[in-house]
Amino acid sequence: MSFTRPRTAALAAIGVVALTLTACATGAGDPAPNASAEAEPVTGGNLTFAISVDSQCIDPQQVGNNDAIAIARQTVASLTIQDPETGEILPWLAEEWEVNGDATSFTFTLQDGPTYADGEPIDAASVKTNFEAIQALGAKATLGSSYLADLESIDVVDDQTVTINFTEPNAQFLQATSTFTLGLLSPATAAVSQADRCLGDYIGSGPFSVQSYTPNEGAVLERREGYEWGPSTAGHTGEAYLDTITYKVVPESGNRTGSLQSGQIDATTGIATADAVLFEGDDFWSVNRANPGSVYNLYANQSTEKLADENVRLAIQKGIDREQITSTLLGPDDLPAVSPLASSTPYFTDLSDVLEYDPDAAAELLEESGWTEGDDGIREKDGEKLSFHVTYWQSPKEVLEFVQQQLRQIGVDLQLTFASIADVTAANADGTYDFSYGNLTRADPDVLRTVFSVSGTSNATKRTEPAKIDELLDEQAAIIDPAERQKVVDEAAELLITGGYSIPIYQLSTTITAASKVQGLTFEASSRLDFYDAWIAE
Amino acid sequence: MIVLWAAYTISFLILYLLPGDAATLFAGGGDQEAIDPELVAQLRSELGLDRPLYEQYLVALGKALTGDFGVSTQTGRPASDLLLESLPPTLALTAFAFVLSVVFGIVLALSASLARAQWLRNLLSSLPPLGVSIPVFWIGLLLLQAFSFRIRLFPSMGNEGFESLVLPAITIAIPSGAFIAQLLSRSLRSTLAQPYVEIVRAKGASERRVQLGHAFRNAAIPSLTMVGVLIGGLLSGAVVTETVFSRLGIGRLVVTAVNNRDVPVVQTVVVFAALVFVVANLVVDLVYPLIDRRITLARTAFVAA
Repeated sequence: MSFTRPRTAALAAIGVVALTLTACATGAGDPAPNASAEAEPVTGGNLTFAISVDSQCIDPQQVGNNDAIAIARQTVASLTIQDPETGEILPWLAEEWEVNGDATSFTFTLQDGPTYADGEPIDAASVKTNFEAIQALGAKATLGSSYLADLESIDVVDDQTVTINFTEPNAQFLQATSTFTLGLLSPATAAVSQADRCLGDYIGSGPFSVQSYTPNEGAVLERREGYEWGPSTAGHTGEAYLDTITYKVVPESGNRTGSLQSGQIDATTGIATADAVLFEGDDFWSVNRANPGSVYNLYANQSTEKLADENVRLAIQKGIDREQITSTLLGPDDLPAVSPLASSTPYFTDLSDVLEYDPDAAAELLEESGWTEGDDGIREKDGEKLSFHVTYWQSPKEVLEFVQQQLRQIGVDLQLTFASIADVTAANADGTYDFSYGNLTRADPDVLRTVFSVSGTSNATKRTEPAKIDELLDEQAAIIDPAERQKVVDEAAELLITGGYSIPIYQLSTTITAASKVQGLTFEASSRLDFYDAWIAE
Repeated sequence: MIVLWAAYTISFLILYLLPGDAATLFAGGGDQEAIDPELVAQLRSELGLDRPLYEQYLVALGKALTGDFGVSTQTGRPASDLLLESLPPTLALTAFAFVLSVVFGIVLALSASLARAQWLRNLLSSLPPLGVSIPVFWIGLLLLQAFSFRIRLFPSMGNEGFESLVLPAITIAIPSGAFIAQLLSRSLRSTLAQPYVEIVRAKGASERRVQLGHAFRNAAIPSLTMVGVLIGGLLSGAVVTETVFSRLGIGRLVVTAVNNRDVPVVQTVVVFAALVFVVANLVVDLVYPLIDRRITLARTAFVAA
């Protein structure tokens, strides 16, 4: 056990600078450490884990926040599991599956044996009940509804076989079946009200069951007796090792840090970058993984006149020095973006040769479009300044402040407003903003279609006319063959960069920090937490 | 009644003037920004947020008059249930903090007044302004650092038992107690300057007897008047403290509700706080005569005249 000394804050600040100077990119995509891999896991004990926010809901089919997912994921098993190393989709509750040629029909064959926590068998009919219940939740199950968009019908072929049909090609659905969102709940749960399900009144299929949940305080999960269908990606297949997991909601960052140091909690993902240095040494370990999906992007509103110009968008993209941002501002594990996709996403390809920091080329592009330098260094055309505004809530807020300084070098003025989530949502609601900012976590390249496609659910670049990029994004959604899909995804990702659709900044990552006695706590493929293999060493 | 209505109406207007609505936030959830506008519209109509503002207000007010404050947009549970669940921990916290601040305030004011050495008196008199001006969350973090992280005397979080109550209560009691000490010191000084005190002193009473037996009772009345303000301070202290110490309670409830634009919950809490304020002032009015019998007599005389 180690205690904080008063001078640690100052030390932390110095430490972070020193670290970033010497750090090379490590950690991203690494499997969780096994401090003592040779040690035999011990059954029993409780692990106390601090989360930062409470979403007022822990129902796996409804939640979208990473802290809520850290609870919900443990309570359900899914049809498939995604290998965190390779991104490959492997069997879990479904022992095999078939997808038709245009990715509109998926047939799963279920293992015989697994049951819900109330003893009901996990059969084909219950899969149908689950997916239909998610559709019925509509807006209350945002993620699930998007995975099941264009659902046509679900056919129960026999007890162990179920076919899911879509009206449009939907290659992402296979990966979606590996997520907690499409994790399976007992048919009895479909009859429980949405609000009660949020409060933990649901029956799952995973290695843990909900013992209690008090909004704003936390949750306790207990080991599910008789669970023996752990996925092949895990270290074992039998019951979980921990007796219980206690989640505590600790909104104050300083409290999380101090509580972990003083042993009042065992692990958390909520340690501030500046405090990370306090947990070096033998008493603690930490592991970092980039969140797969779409990286932090500035999304240009292409329905505005200035940003409809490809040259302007490309100039801004080339005017950002991503290396400098991550090396001076962020933790040693944070990586600059080298593609619209994060490096932990399946089908990711490093595009750093086309995504270059090139202020000279940026200036040239702006000159070409008639933006000439004004008296104050900001470019202008016909009396109008090359000035943009962005409202955002994502921390650390200094990232965009750094971008602001860098863009100023090429004569672009970026105005920033840092606000609450509610304010940002409202400010961007009417679609007249210049830029929006954000990322989207998803371990499938189809996330690019969700974000960038003119017909995607968010259409973040606010385009109105379909273009070549939309064809490519739709095309990859219909390809099942990995090699084929890789080609189209690469083509789409490259066009997003060269066409100035995507202005990537850096990759969001999650860091687990834990006391040394915590073993086997890992990331699943979407960089969410998996407690199944976790145990406490004495 | 007017105070309650005003609190209800103003909080309603402020929440609607704030940007963002419950439906968008609900569908957004966390780091997800891909929100289907159709789903949001559907949610908005389910929650009745698509109706005109005056209609939403009148419907809500009508129901509120019958004691129905509506259903939380975030959790789908009755707002009054959420309030009642959060009440006991906050009540325990503020009650304990109230006792601590009264004790702390009185002791500080009296010892500053009784202290013989000039330097000690100066030191003690400078503490209340300091206590009032320190931010509550900072006091909380300091106490945590000292008594939970370095010396593990008390838990850093949670609602379990008396132990978890100590640090949060002290956190709130420091500024509130300083506030009481400030008021009491000032009125003690002015009371001690009054002629009757000279007479008591002339009769040979000890300084202690002068202050405790004669001056204190009279000096307490102005402080008592400010109990309403003090209760406001305790409640706002609870908002910050409950977050720093991860405690359940009304403060956490209202912070979450404001962030989620959960209008029914915020309004229930606001009306409740206004009610507490009204009741506290009523109680103060009733307590006056117990401390100073002249107050009742004077009023009766006035009515009789």
